[in-house]
Amino acid sequence: MSGSTRRVALKVLGGTLGAGAFAYAGQPVAQWAAGISLTETLRRHYKELTADEIAQLLRRLEAETKKEHGVDVRIEDVPAQEGVSFAYALNLSVCIGCRKCAEACHHENNHDRRTNNSYIRVLEMEQGSFDLERGTADYDHAVPAPGKYYMPVQCHQCDDAPCVKVCPVEATWKEKDGIVVVDYDWCIGCRYCEAACPYHARRFNWRKPEIPAEEINPVQGLLSNRIRPQGVVEKCTFCLHRTRKGLLPACLEACPTGARVFGNLLDPKSPIRWVLENKRVYILKEELGTRPRFFYFFDE
Amino acid sequence: MPNASSLSYLRFLGMVVVRAFSGTWRFYAWMTVLTAIALVGLNAWGHQLLNGMRVTDLSDHVSWGLYIANFTFGVGLAAGAVMMVIPAYLYDDHDMHDVVIIGELLAIAAIVVCLGFIVVDMGRPDRMWHIVPGIGRFHWPVSMLTWDVVVLNGYLLINLHIAGYLMYQRYLGRTPRKRWYLPFVFLSIFWAISIHTVTAFLYQGLGGRPFWNSALLAPRFLATAFISGPAFVIVLLEVVRWSGRLTFGDGPIRTLSSIMRVTVLLNLFMLMSELFTALYTGGSHATAVTYLFFGSHGKSALVPYIWTAVALNVASAVLLYLPRTRVDKRWLIAACVCAFAGVYLEKGMGLIVPGFVPSTLHETVEYVPTVTEWKVTAGIWALGMLVLTVAIKVGLAVWTGRVRDASAPASAAAAAAAGAEAST
Repeated sequence: MSGSTRRVALKVLGGTLGAGAFAYAGQPVAQWAAGISLTETLRRHYKELTADEIAQLLRRLEAETKKEHGVDVRIEDVPAQEGVSFAYALNLSVCIGCRKCAEACHHENNHDRRTNNSYIRVLEMEQGSFDLERGTADYDHAVPAPGKYYMPVQCHQCDDAPCVKVCPVEATWKEKDGIVVVDYDWCIGCRYCEAACPYHARRFNWRKPEIPAEEINPVQGLLSNRIRPQGVVEKCTFCLHRTRKGLLPACLEACPTGARVFGNLLDPKSPIRWVLENKRVYILKEELGTRPRFFYFFDE
Repeated sequence: MPNASSLSYLRFLGMVVVRAFSGTWRFYAWMTVLTAIALVGLNAWGHQLLNGMRVTDLSDHVSWGLYIANFTFGVGLAAGAVMMVIPAYLYDDHDMHDVVIIGELLAIAAIVVCLGFIVVDMGRPDRMWHIVPGIGRFHWPVSMLTWDVVVLNGYLLINLHIAGYLMYQRYLGRTPRKRWYLPFVFLSIFWAISIHTVTAFLYQGLGGRPFWNSALLAPRFLATAFISGPAFVIVLLEVVRWSGRLTFGDGPIRTLSSIMRVTVLLNLFMLMSELFTALYTGGSHATAVTYLFFGSHGKSALVPYIWTAVALNVASAVLLYLPRTRVDKRWLIAACVCAFAGVYLEKGMGLIVPGFVPSTLHETVEYVPTVTEWKVTAGIWALGMLVLTVAIKVGLAVWTGRVRDASAPASAAAAAAAGAEAST
């Protein structure tokens, strides 16, 4: 065999092995690409959809949920109501740290069961201190513990929200009633919002959420508790699928101590207005200037 | 003659492809190893796409990690290459001018690496088009990330144009016209500064992250870029010299090591200033710094990283000032390796992770990259090295006049043309 034929043979062999290596290594990427739905990928931003397109989208999402989870759900797109501006207040004097709110959130918002996710983190704080460094979310004992008080933290629905500012694709924005929402089909999963939020309010879908069919909450909102896709960011929406219809947030209803007060800031007779006008109110990290709609207050 | 010129451009591109796939057995071995590593990375990324980012050790507490750390370091490397352009074009350093093309090619490869790390960090790369201005919804100028998209892609295009134009003209044996590249060279200088400033602003504008929320971040980014860039280029120049593909004097390496002598000290000084501010003031704002350097709440995953980084940075500074390093290449290369590794650790994991530890609610959740993350990371760097190898191999063949278009004038005239260009 001459030198040049040997070289050609080597090149052919190398080329074949190389092509095989490419095909093998690229397999998972190809499999992922094959699973992408073109309709979903090419969908326009939520704000660019017509009423008809939104209706179609809701039916498609319902059908997909049925197919994937075997459950009949009703997904609605409840718009912000005129003359409504939501705010939330929490009484630190009575909260006992039982975490019923976090649990209610977990079920109401169709969170992944394996990660035990919730939009609420309850901090056990040291009496006489507001230093988060001295608090912990990992307590595991009977509550309330002596010398401690409890501070549940969730999305503050800031009026000057850092998460909204940093999003490179406008996948998250503030609605007219003050709630910050995410278009789950527009989010690219860069997690810049997660880095920007001072309240640890955002969650990323590190995996595809799994919920047993019988535990799925079938009352769902397009911009709130519908089952989220993998690889996108989600957050607390003050249960807008409930509150925009006049119901209370799930966390409030679950609270056994009545520590939570929710309502419309524009309604002078609302309990939230009474709290803000008559109680000593504390805003967590107020100095950051994000202007939250979530307030902590104390009894005398 | 549009036909003739488009034909010669096609011949130019064809030559690039042919030369990218032919060479000595050493070249084949090197390219095979890099390709294999890149494929391992591609495979790992595929698993991440399929199973979700749970295959990483990232969490809602530490939501950026190894990928963004490498991205940040890569931006510095790309910006650092400008330290060849500034002496060559602003200070009219002729020796540097002879090798400046290497800096421009390095910038291209480094930006490819950066873009790679952004893509693998995305939860939904299938929706990439959402960030394309005009087609998606580009949240400019409010989101600093959109600025980064503009400056990084802009820097890539500027350097592709400069390097591509100069090489194509050499290939044709023509004298490059200044107005077709000089304005872009000056633009690239400002642009290089901008890519690293914008990347620093990405972090330092976040009020909820005290570790990043410091006005010193952008200056520190630039100082470290002007360590890692020159350090890499010095080693690269020695490799090129060893390969015998380009002969050049010691001037460029002397200039680059002089730059490093300033920037290593500047970086250590700013690091000390940051440490003083955090530790002397104390309180909860200093928790991230305490965690990074000493550990907190019994957790200390980054402590060995950062002290290794500090040791390497100090070692590189000492080495660079030793008289011996000026005469002995091996000592200089050791200094460059220390500097490069020190900055990689400090500005990579040492910068990104403490931004998240403690979390904004002061929970201490640690992060240690998984094997998948390391595979993807190695794959992207291998891809970058592939781009760099091909760019330098082809680039130098054209640059030195060894490869010419059929229509190019005879070699004597070509050499004269090349000489005229080099002295601009």
